[in-house]
Amino acid sequence: MTQTTEAPAARLTHQPEAVAAPPARATATFAKALNAALADTMAADPGVLMFGEDVGRLGGVFRITDGLTARFGEERCFDTPLAEAGIMGMAVGMAMNGMKPVVEMQFDAFAYPAFEQIVSHVAKMPNRTKGAVRLPIVIRIPYAGGIGGVEHHCDSSEAYYAHTPGLTVLAPATVRDAYFMLREAIAFPDPVVFLEPKKLYWSKEEVDLAELRRTFEDGQAPRRIGRAVVARPGTDATLISYGPSVPTALAAAAAAEEEGRSIEVIDLRSIVPFDDETVCASVRRTGRAVVVAEAPGFASVASEIVARVQERCFHSLAAPVLRVTGFDIPYPSPKLEHFYLPSVGRILDAVDNLQWED
Amino acid sequence: MSTAINGGRGSMMGGASGGTPPAGAGALLPSAEPVQLVGPDGQHVHDDRYPLPDGEQLLRAYGCLVAGRRINDQANALVRQGRMAVYPSSHGQEACQVAAALVLGDEDWLFPTYRDTVAVITKGVDPLQVLTLLRGDWHGGYDPHEHRVATQATPLATQLLHAVGVAHAAKLRGESTVVLAMCGDGATSEGDFHEALNFAAVFHVPVVFFIQNNEFAISVPLKNQTVAPSLAHKAIGYGMPGERVDGNDLAALLAVLGAAVNRARDGGGPSLIEAHTYRMQAHTNADDATRYRSADDVERWVPRDPILRMRTYLRALTLLGDVGERAFADEADAIATAIRKGLNTEVEVNPAELFEYVYTEKTTQLREQAQQLREELARDAAADAASVDSASDDVEHQGKGDQR
Repeated sequence: MTQTTEAPAARLTHQPEAVAAPPARATATFAKALNAALADTMAADPGVLMFGEDVGRLGGVFRITDGLTARFGEERCFDTPLAEAGIMGMAVGMAMNGMKPVVEMQFDAFAYPAFEQIVSHVAKMPNRTKGAVRLPIVIRIPYAGGIGGVEHHCDSSEAYYAHTPGLTVLAPATVRDAYFMLREAIAFPDPVVFLEPKKLYWSKEEVDLAELRRTFEDGQAPRRIGRAVVARPGTDATLISYGPSVPTALAAAAAAEEEGRSIEVIDLRSIVPFDDETVCASVRRTGRAVVVAEAPGFASVASEIVARVQERCFHSLAAPVLRVTGFDIPYPSPKLEHFYLPSVGRILDAVDNLQWED
Repeated sequence: MSTAINGGRGSMMGGASGGTPPAGAGALLPSAEPVQLVGPDGQHVHDDRYPLPDGEQLLRAYGCLVAGRRINDQANALVRQGRMAVYPSSHGQEACQVAAALVLGDEDWLFPTYRDTVAVITKGVDPLQVLTLLRGDWHGGYDPHEHRVATQATPLATQLLHAVGVAHAAKLRGESTVVLAMCGDGATSEGDFHEALNFAAVFHVPVVFFIQNNEFAISVPLKNQTVAPSLAHKAIGYGMPGERVDGNDLAALLAVLGAAVNRARDGGGPSLIEAHTYRMQAHTNADDATRYRSADDVERWVPRDPILRMRTYLRALTLLGDVGERAFADEADAIATAIRKGLNTEVEVNPAELFEYVYTEKTTQLREQAQQLREELARDAAADAASVDSASDDVEHQGKGDQR
C-alpha cells in the first residue's frame, strides 16, 4: 500500500512570513470538505472502502475522491467495472462481511440501474434478518441541477429513496454540514443515501477542515441525521428547504427582508428521518410556510412536507402551505433550466400569496 | 500489493486490454458433455480429470440426499395442509442441493435462492428457521452469520453480487473463505448475473457460481433464455473457467464443485459450474406444470433420479446395506417429524416487531406509527373482551348445563 504523507501544517511553515495582515481565515469548498471527510474517515477506520466509477486515479468526475487511492492504496479506493447494480450489490456483500463501503454513483440518473439492489436489498436486508445483518453503506450521489448539465445529469431523485422504508436520506447544503454529515453517515449503522447538490460543489465557506476533523473526532459535532436547522431566523413566514434549494431560499429571505418581511429558513439536512419537531415549531411560530424544492412537485418530498405540516400545524396556519418546486416535466436542457428551477422571484411570489392581512 | 485487487493478472490500470488473449483460453471452455462419474445405471464412469470421491464421503452425502428428498416431500404435504403458504420444491435436484452445501467448510458462505431450502438445511441451518419465510411469519428466519448462509434470495441473480462482495471483503482481509452462489437457468438472463460474474473475474475473488439448469424458468424453457452452446460457455466471456456436470450425479457434483472450491481457495479465482438437472415438480404448488410440459417429458427423467443411481452404486459396492438404508430413512423421518411438529405449532406473530428492525434506532415517525398500532390493538382487544363478556352472559341466560 502506498502512503503519501499528508502534512498541510508542514506545508504552511514554508509560506513566506512577510504577511503583515492578520492571517487569512481558512476557506474550503463543499467538494473539498467531502474529500476531507472521506480521507479523515478512511484514516480513522480501516474498514471504510470507497469505490465506484472513475473514483480511483481520476479522483471522481467531481474530484470528491481526489488523492484517496494514492494515500490509501488500490484496495481501499478503487474503480469498478462500469455497472451500478454491480457496485451496489458488491457493497451489500462487503457490508455483510464486516466492511463499511462508501460507493459513488457518478450522477443521479446513473444510479437507476442500482435501484433494485437499493430497494430490494440495501433497504430491506436489516428488516428481513431482524437486525442480524446491518448494512452500514453510504451511497454518495452527485445530484440535482443548476449546472447546465445535459439529460441524465441533473435529476432530483430524492423522492424515490425517501419513499423506501429502511433508507436514510441526507442532503447537506453547507460546507460545514457536508463534512460533518458525510462523516456521520459513514459512522451510521444503517444504509444512507447521501445526496450531494452538484451546484454547491464549488461553494466556499470560511472553515478550517482540520478543526472540523478535531471537532468530529472529539465527539463535539452535534448529530445532524434527523435534525433540521434554522438556517436564518425570522418571524413572519417559514421557508422549508433542503440541499440545492437552501441557498435560493436564503436569498429569497434576504430579498424579503428589504420588503419588510422577516422570513425564517429551515434547512432540513435530513429528509429521512424527517425532523417534524423543528419544522413544526417554526411554522407554529410564523403561521405561514412555503416548501422550496427542485424536484418535480407531484408526489414529491415537498408534497410530504406540506401534508405533515398541515396535519400538525393546522390551527396555527394563517394560509395554506404552498410549494415552489420544479415543474412536472423531465429536467430541462441547459438553456431552459432557469425556467424550471425554483427562483427567488417565484419564492417571493409564493410568500406574497400567503394571505397577508396588511 | 497493488496487484491484489486485480488478481495479479496485471496492474490495476492495465487489465486485460493491455495484453494479448492468454494462451490456452480454450481451457476456460467446459467439456463437450456434462461430467458424469456415476451413470443412471449406477455404474462408475471413468473421467481422467475428476477422481471419484471416496466411499465414506459418498455414503454420508447419500444420507443427506435421502433427507433432502424427505424434506421436499414433507414441505409439499404441509402446503397441501395449509401450514405453509407456498413451497418451491427441489424434487429431482437434491443432488445439487446436497453437494453445494457439502463442498463448503464452516468458514465458507452459501448464497441460496428460494428453491434451495435443502441446501440451506444441509449446511446446518435449523429446518424450522428456514421454513419461517414460507410459513409466512417473517421474510427470513435465521441469522445468516450463524452458519454463513445468506437469506434465500427471491429477486433473481441479485444474491450473486452479494456473494462477490462477501468474497471480496474476505480477500481484502486475507481470509481463506470461499463463497458458493447458486442460481437457476432463468436467472442467467438477468443483468445482475452478468455483473456478478464480471466483477468476480475482474477482482479475482473466490466465488463459485453454481447454476442449476433445471430446464424451466417457471414455464419458459431454456431455449427461450439463451442460444449459447451451454450456460457454462458463458464463463469464457468473463475470463473464468466454465464446467458442465450431470446435476443428478452426486459423485460428479461433489468432484466438480469440490475442485472449483479448492481452486478458489488456492487463489485461482472464480468459476462457473452448470449442473444439468430437471425440476420434477411444478415451480411451486401454485403452478400448473401441465400447461407447458407433458407427463412424458417428466417421465423421461425418472430413471435419472439422483437417489436411485447413488443407491444402486453404493449397494453394489456393499457400502450400503439394508441396515444402513434403514438408518438413513430413520434420520430423514426424524427431520420430517420435527418439521411437521414445528409447523403444526402455531407461532404467535408480534405486530410490534413490524417497526423494530427497519432502522437500528426507530425514527420518530416509526415510533408514532408503532404507538398508533398499539392503541388500535388495545382498542380491539377491549372491544373483544367486552363482546366475550356479553356473549358469556348470553350463554348463561340460555342455560348452564349445556356447556359441558
